[in-house]
Amino acid sequence: MATQSSSPSLFQGDLVRTAIRESFVKLNPAILIKNPVMFTVEVGTLIMVLVTIYIGVSGDQTQGSLGYNITITLILLLTLLFANFAEAIAEARGKAQAESLRKTRQETPAKVIRAVGNMYTNEVQTISSAQLKKGDVFLCEPGDIIPSDGEIIEGLATIDESAITGESAPVIREAGGDKSSVTGGTKVLSDRIKVQVTTQPGESFLDKMIALVEGASRQKTPNEIALTILLAGFTLIFIIVCVALKPFADYANTPITIAALISLFVCLIPTTIGGLLSAIGIAGMDRALRANVIAKSGRAVETAGDIDTLLLDKTGTITIGNRKATNFYPAPGVKQADMVRIAALSSLADETPEGKSIVELAGADVTRHLNTTGSKLIKFTAETRSSGIDLVTGERIRKGATDSIRNIVERVGNHFPAETDAKAKEIAANGGTPLVVTENEEVKGVVELQDIIKPGIAERFDRLRKMGVKTVMVTGDNPLTAKFIAEKAGVDDFIAEAKPEDKMQYIRHEQTGGKLVAMMGDGTNDAPALAQADVGVAMNSGTQAAKEAGNMVDLDNDPTKLIEVVEIGKQLLITRGTLTTFSIANDVAKYFAIVPALFITSIPALQAINIMRLHSAESAILSAVIFNAIIIPMLIPLALRGVEYKPIGASALLRQNLLLYGVGGVIAPFIGIKLIDLVIGLFV
Amino acid sequence: MKTNLIPAIRLTVVMLILTSVIYPLVVAGIAKLAPGGGKGVTVEAKGRVVGYALIGQKFTDDRYFNSRPSAVEYNAAGSAGSNKGPSNPDYLKMVQARIDTFLVHNPTVKKADIPAELVTASGSGLDPDLSPAAAKIQIARIAKVRSLPTERLTQLVDANTNGPLLGLFGPSTVNVLKLNVALDQLR
Amino acid sequence: MFSEWTGIAVMYGLTVLLAIPLGKFIANVFADKPNLLDFMRPIERLIYRLGGVDETQEMSWKASLLALLTINAVWLIYAFVLLLVQGSLPLNPDGNPSMTPDLAFNTAISFLVNCDLQHYSGESGATYLTQLGVFNFLMFVSAATGIAALMLIVRSFLPKSVDTVGNFYVYFVKAITRILLPLSLVLSLVLVFNGTPASFDGKDSVVTMQGDTVGVSRGPAAAMIGIKHIGTNGGGYFGANSAHPLENPNYLTNMAEMVAQVIIPIAMIFALGFLINRKKFALMIYGVMTIGVLMLLVPTLISELHGNPAIARMGVAQPTGAMEGKEVRFGPVASGYWSILTTVISTGSVNSMHDSSMPVSGMMQLLGMMTGAFYGGCGVGILNFYYFLIIAVFISGLMVGRTPEFFGRKVEAREIKIASIVALVSTLLVKGGTALAAWLFVNYPEAAWTVKPSAWLNNPGYHGFSEMLYEFTSANANNGSGFEGLGDNNFFWNYATGIVLLLGRFLPIIGPVAIAGLLARKKYVPESSGTLPTDNGTFGLMVFAVIMIITALSFFPALTLGPLAEYFSLK
Repeated sequence: MATQSSSPSLFQGDLVRTAIRESFVKLNPAILIKNPVMFTVEVGTLIMVLVTIYIGVSGDQTQGSLGYNITITLILLLTLLFANFAEAIAEARGKAQAESLRKTRQETPAKVIRAVGNMYTNEVQTISSAQLKKGDVFLCEPGDIIPSDGEIIEGLATIDESAITGESAPVIREAGGDKSSVTGGTKVLSDRIKVQVTTQPGESFLDKMIALVEGASRQKTPNEIALTILLAGFTLIFIIVCVALKPFADYANTPITIAALISLFVCLIPTTIGGLLSAIGIAGMDRALRANVIAKSGRAVETAGDIDTLLLDKTGTITIGNRKATNFYPAPGVKQADMVRIAALSSLADETPEGKSIVELAGADVTRHLNTTGSKLIKFTAETRSSGIDLVTGERIRKGATDSIRNIVERVGNHFPAETDAKAKEIAANGGTPLVVTENEEVKGVVELQDIIKPGIAERFDRLRKMGVKTVMVTGDNPLTAKFIAEKAGVDDFIAEAKPEDKMQYIRHEQTGGKLVAMMGDGTNDAPALAQADVGVAMNSGTQAAKEAGNMVDLDNDPTKLIEVVEIGKQLLITRGTLTTFSIANDVAKYFAIVPALFITSIPALQAINIMRLHSAESAILSAVIFNAIIIPMLIPLALRGVEYKPIGASALLRQNLLLYGVGGVIAPFIGIKLIDLVIGLFV
Repeated sequence: MKTNLIPAIRLTVVMLILTSVIYPLVVAGIAKLAPGGGKGVTVEAKGRVVGYALIGQKFTDDRYFNSRPSAVEYNAAGSAGSNKGPSNPDYLKMVQARIDTFLVHNPTVKKADIPAELVTASGSGLDPDLSPAAAKIQIARIAKVRSLPTERLTQLVDANTNGPLLGLFGPSTVNVLKLNVALDQLR
Repeated sequence: MFSEWTGIAVMYGLTVLLAIPLGKFIANVFADKPNLLDFMRPIERLIYRLGGVDETQEMSWKASLLALLTINAVWLIYAFVLLLVQGSLPLNPDGNPSMTPDLAFNTAISFLVNCDLQHYSGESGATYLTQLGVFNFLMFVSAATGIAALMLIVRSFLPKSVDTVGNFYVYFVKAITRILLPLSLVLSLVLVFNGTPASFDGKDSVVTMQGDTVGVSRGPAAAMIGIKHIGTNGGGYFGANSAHPLENPNYLTNMAEMVAQVIIPIAMIFALGFLINRKKFALMIYGVMTIGVLMLLVPTLISELHGNPAIARMGVAQPTGAMEGKEVRFGPVASGYWSILTTVISTGSVNSMHDSSMPVSGMMQLLGMMTGAFYGGCGVGILNFYYFLIIAVFISGLMVGRTPEFFGRKVEAREIKIASIVALVSTLLVKGGTALAAWLFVNYPEAAWTVKPSAWLNNPGYHGFSEMLYEFTSANANNGSGFEGLGDNNFFWNYATGIVLLLGRFLPIIGPVAIAGLLARKKYVPESSGTLPTDNGTFGLMVFAVIMIITALSFFPALTLGPLAEYFSLK
């Protein structure tokens, strides 16, 4: 089940059915009170029900005909249902999306290894995955579906993660290090691993996400709270306006029906945004989920829209995979073939991608003849900053960064050739990484490693710059190389020779300046920085610690995902803002429909402000409330998809949205109400 | 509370002295140098004070240029406009009555030439002025009552017309009291 | 006619031309930079010493508000007591009586809050002692309170997070010694030399040319009229306010008084720009406010010049437009201009009677007060504008895809809550008050008060409704002008508008100062290219739309039943 951000139809049959059922459930005042705008509509509807019953029983016509009152009541009820439906359909879609992810991990047999004290026995017991508890250890063998999220404590395995990420190439996961985490639902292809369960049943990230979407634990984000307060303020203002209208009308000797007052009130309060607000929030998280990002809170998505600074790892984000060896430059007086042989020897035991690429470049012709039996591997250490091999024949072969090799060479009194030094600098200045190779502390030459910048990445950074987001490249490269790549890729800043604590420091520094920082990471040593960052996206392949520290998890392990996350955040906020504007702008036309209708019988001169020339007082009021109701479902697709974000500069964006949703919001209801009135005119 | 109350009271006393004692006394002192010595400029005729230059008077006699209607009958112990709204039916009846009265006293005047200021009350009830047009429309009546040539009266009105400030700003006005004092002096 | 148009053009041009250097001067005064009036320093030091104020003390926004409210409470009690017993105190040459408790309550509050709604008439309702010792005094201190309150929000615009907002007392004292007192003195002297009385002689009596004996009220008027306009107070010395020939003798004084009342509100905008070093932001505010004023002014002038259609139907000429309630020496253009400027700023002095204005003009005057943020009163105009700014920032910030921020600070739930409450209360006071009055009028016309509800209104029908609406709008806006036909000196109106006045003054001060205080403390986020710029036309348009929409939506039904209904039925 691939979950790549496919965009299925907004209204799938089964989801709509669920949503309709939920729309009625949500009429419960205890639920609705969380939404003050719609709650007042419900109170208004109840009053209308009472009025209608009273008219039905008493036959009193001073409040308008029974049919008219019934119609108004029904439209108000419909308004409520439409708003509930918007929320319900958003929930249903989010849930469906999350469920489809969760399905992959349900009810798989788990081979649990019982522990005796601190010792794990070899006794394996098969239970259902649902019975796994945090701390349990299970065994996975080739062909097994991993029953739960966890951390490998022993072994190494190739794993097919396509169920989660849609990526078909298998990945390697092993105990210790940064790739120790496995996800429930993925499949072991080879080897055997022991995995410790890291989450309680029902507490995995997906479970949390589903809960967030479902509303049970959905908390309003700070911005949503502020907007709700503003909308509540508007609602209260209109309560005052409508209540005061009664004595005003008495003064003017104009009887006003309860139906007319409540209709005016419901039309004026911002029901459009009030009805769609929570749907917009859910849809934002849903969009994140469709991008295969699990947000741990709605707040994180919202904050993503505000990001000022983006920390990106060079490898995988800006450049494709890893550096590759591209050239061998022998030192003066060294034969090319010798140098290649030594470079290949130095890397034979080197499992890093760089090492492998050197062997690859040397070619099978060379490597076939190399023999390292019995030799001693020298691992890379932070102290020596070089690695290599001591052959049985006694040759000591090393490779490393220029300055560390210079140390080695000069310590024994040898000379570091100026030509090699110059070459190394030249390579660095061109964005490459020079690796100097030595044999018995004599410089034999320099290997050039080159980065390949991802196509199209410069445009993406340009887009980010227009959004006002500063991009920072984080790399272990030396400053010269880093600078070259940074310029070529178009990032604004870079941290070269970065150690994990450098990231942390950079984030802190930006934050003291008031900036909001986002970063992506996977390793355990990234965890503090992920926690410190305002938006920390952990890769799903990363360690449990990293996933706990971040506030989002990227199932695809795609480092460019941050860019999408920022846009999703912005889209969420824009949708809220534009629909608020639209909703309030609508009121102008509604006033021009209802206010003349209220007074026209007693003050005929006010016919002049009936600029829509509506058919009659009753049809004017009906048209306004009908428009008010149907605009909600009409805008559901917009609320769910979100208003598009364009990086054209804040002022231009404001102008555009103001024109579209502000001016449009003033004009649209004039047209809509007039059309509805024409239709009503046909029947009355 | 106490930390604020004491400075509040002390500052109040200091400010009272500054703004309610020193400031008005300085203004009153300098006013002694102004025309009228800060007590208002009076107008004299036939050896007695007949009024204040700035305060309008009631002139209803056909022999004088009539002043505008007043809501306080030009009693400058008070001041007020009529505060009648433009659509008030009683008010409109009153305006109609004033038009009719004016036409009775000025039979040669066409209704369409009566300037509205002559049938509407001023804001203060003490408006000292008329527009030149409103003065001139009364010339025919006064010429007849006083047996004076209309040209001389036209000259008189022109002579008593104050043009716009610096010739540039604001309307032209005629001070009715001064005009009528000058009228009495005409031979 | 041409000279009348040049008249208002020069009045406005002069105001702006003078407001720019004055703004710079005000900024220097409050930023403690060298300025023209540094010779006042010893006097100020003396005032601090006598007043027991430590001028170096830094206050939080809460402490500042507490100081502001305390000293205002002291003034309220002082003024109330003095008005209650004025009849028995000295400096009462005309033998005017003491005020009734309800009138004293209303009057004391009214002057305290820079409104000057006058339910009494200066000639017969006040003594020279209270004119000077209460009204003149409160005019200074209320205007200074407004200016000082504005200064309390300045730091929230600065690119640094701070806990303190300055020292209220220092702002207050400097507002008087360096701004209000010198400017008032200049205006008073202009008036004195054009015939406004400034003596302590009592009422005069003269026999007119026609032989009528009339009284002529005089008194120390010039000094009070000076601060009345400089401080956007508006309380007249005489009953007819600046329509009175002694209070506003000629076109020159009219220009001077007009410029004087608008100059500080406009200068404060520029002063803010200089103080925070954001001139473009100040220009944005000035632009929005000016467009607002023009939108109110143009229809007013057109309808006033057009005259009263009902009188036109009688067949007389209206060459100078509608003249009921207007003075010949000002003419309809300067009167219309005054009526709008005095309502958009909170002066509320009048040179023509608003009750007799054409319905469209009346509506524009009402709208001017309902927004309260086009120029606005001394200091408080920008404070009123501030909460519209916050709401505009909030909505437009969302529209560009960021959680809203204003001058580098996040606008969050608390700030929105405060801004919403302020907007809400303003609607509640005006509509609630008018609704209550309308309800009493309809249901208890014969209630046994000094003035029965059935006798409240000087005009029937829609215009009568406008009279009630205007009174509460004016009270809430702390404006002080009125549709003066309303029989307002009685129990109901004195207490009802008194309460509205208090809330309408102090909530719009507390609200913005609290918001600014909260924002000032927040983390400062430097602006990036993704931040919404708040100093350009686009944002200005947004603010303007927010002001118009909130005002229109809150008041449209009331305006429909008052001036709009009158306009359409008169047409």
